[in-house]
Amino acid sequence: MTEYRSELGGLADPASHQTPLDVAGVDPAMLMGFLTDMLTIRLTEETIGRLVEEGLARTPCHLAIGQEAIAVGIPVWLRSGDRVFGGHRSHSHILAMGGDIFGLIAEILGKESGVSRGMGGSMHLHAPSVGFHGCVPLVGATIPIAVGAALAARMDGKGAIAVSFFGDGAAEEGVFHESLNLAATQRLPILFVCENNLFSSHLDILLRQPSDRIARFADAHAIRSLTVDGNDVLAVAAAARSLAAHARSGNGPAFLEAVTYRHRGHVGPKEDIDVGVRRTMTELNKWKLRDPITRLAEGMMATGLIDEHRLDSLRENIGRKVADARARAEAAPYPDPSALLGLVYRSADARH
Amino acid sequence: MRATEGTSYGEAICRGFEHLLANHDEVFAIGQGVWSPWYVGNSMTGLDEKFGRNRIIDTPVSELACTGAAIGAALCGYRPIVIHPRMDFMLLAVDQIVNQAAKWSHMFGGQTAPAVTIRAIINRGGEQGAQHSQALHAWFAHVPGIRVVMPSTVEDARDLLIASVLCDDPVMYIDDRWLYARMSALNPVEERPLAGEGPVIRREGTDVTLVGAGYSAYLCEEAAINLAADGIDAEVVDIRVLNPFDSARILESVQRTGALCVVDGGWGPAGFAAEVITSIAEIAVPGPLKRAPLRITLPFAPAPASRALEANYYPTSEKIVAAVRQLL
Repeated sequence: MTEYRSELGGLADPASHQTPLDVAGVDPAMLMGFLTDMLTIRLTEETIGRLVEEGLARTPCHLAIGQEAIAVGIPVWLRSGDRVFGGHRSHSHILAMGGDIFGLIAEILGKESGVSRGMGGSMHLHAPSVGFHGCVPLVGATIPIAVGAALAARMDGKGAIAVSFFGDGAAEEGVFHESLNLAATQRLPILFVCENNLFSSHLDILLRQPSDRIARFADAHAIRSLTVDGNDVLAVAAAARSLAAHARSGNGPAFLEAVTYRHRGHVGPKEDIDVGVRRTMTELNKWKLRDPITRLAEGMMATGLIDEHRLDSLRENIGRKVADARARAEAAPYPDPSALLGLVYRSADARH
Repeated sequence: MRATEGTSYGEAICRGFEHLLANHDEVFAIGQGVWSPWYVGNSMTGLDEKFGRNRIIDTPVSELACTGAAIGAALCGYRPIVIHPRMDFMLLAVDQIVNQAAKWSHMFGGQTAPAVTIRAIINRGGEQGAQHSQALHAWFAHVPGIRVVMPSTVEDARDLLIASVLCDDPVMYIDDRWLYARMSALNPVEERPLAGEGPVIRREGTDVTLVGAGYSAYLCEEAAINLAADGIDAEVVDIRVLNPFDSARILESVQRTGALCVVDGGWGPAGFAAEVITSIAEIAVPGPLKRAPLRITLPFAPAPASRALEANYYPTSEKIVAAVRQLL
């Protein structure tokens, strides 16, 4: 059998791109925002992982630990009125958009004060007040929905864009191609963001596709694309800035492929759950040296923007916020039993 | 029975579109063939010229993405109608209909729902065969969260379309090409909430209750006329709304007649006729039925292409008349 080769080269090689980020010339407030947001996602997801280990959370939790830079590098270019959609691994997206930590944890615990009123769990999150219009676990399912949001944005004529987050596995679904084609032929204002973590569940991308470069599908649909190191928040942000501007300009969709790696298994907090086909602990440990948070923090330290002490205190502050959110979420009430039948249809039944 | 004056069922659908597009800026239509004169019969003729091709959007051959896009636009405040000129092809979009549209209200705690109308056209006969013939309304009646309507009359063709599009829930509106030539006078449009609509009695009778939806309800009306000539007084209930299904009107009728015959253009096993009969049978023992209930459905086989086999495949008013005579 033919062994397919990596087109991504160094972008998919954990031994490369391990150095601290060069932050020279970047607005320090933006850097601090990136660092804070990535740490918030990391610490929140570590807490969610513990809730799973402790048996308090049963809903399937797909953690984005190791992938935070992608979620964080995009919202900085978004405006009020833009519409973001995600997939099964979207805790990071909702938090990066400014979603409430308590609302996320409460949702994961099935509590009424969760972002989806406790009816969705980890995989069905909804926070339109911060521009996050929903995520679902059916692979690729929100891609055409985001295209529809872009169609609505164009009809509104107010310059809004849609953003669709998905993984490399979604590129194997037919709806992905239908959606890119529809968006391209309609010239819709949408930014497609593929978080290419090189694995779908347990299976290596080169066991699923003849190339590991997902942006080749953007080429096929005449969509402008960039492929970047997804563990470099500055590379993600720079690409997202130009691609979001392209989508907003009315010249049609844009496509960002960000190459990354998840530290945990496909689902749940364990690191070694998918080890066995081609994912190894050796490889994972190499990828940990390419950690997006460490690389930004070290880059900021190298230029004196932060020191060990301030980093520790930032981490402690965020940790306290997350712990407080967890405690409140654990204490929060479950949905009323009437929610089961009462929320099926939105319009009231006028017949009885 | 067959009126020859007034508006046809197909034209009535078009009147419904015109009312919606003229009065509600957030309405648009998207689907394959909507600029074509023949994909959707006379049900959308001239809409693209009258309202513009930005609001009447013909699409690539992508049922799934187009349905998803309609859902996405609906989540952003629009009221799209996505058109599937044949229900068989709509099956390519089932993930978006069943997993997405039907679920978003419940799984997001009632905070949102796509006010999308999914128009599915039953288009069969004429030796079209297995994949150009299906009536799969029962599949979608099974799923909580999506309303399903099947107009059988000319006025319902227009008014249930309007009610579907103005409903805040996702709705599947199923019309039937075999009804497009049905004629009737139309009253002025009156916008009514879909949640207030349900089964209605089309004809009163005392001997047997005939129940159907869409074209099957029309067959029941035809059969009732022929049965009357034999001195059998049949009551006809038009289901109209299959999801959420309310059997109260049918129960009231059966309590008067004691006999139930359900006609369905789908298959029997796990089908909508079974749901209707169960809804009556489970009420009480011995219950209102004086005779075993009867269902007239398709043979449990795909639609044949050969005219020799097709001729006996679909329910007809003659079959209903013969079965009811035997029942009573």
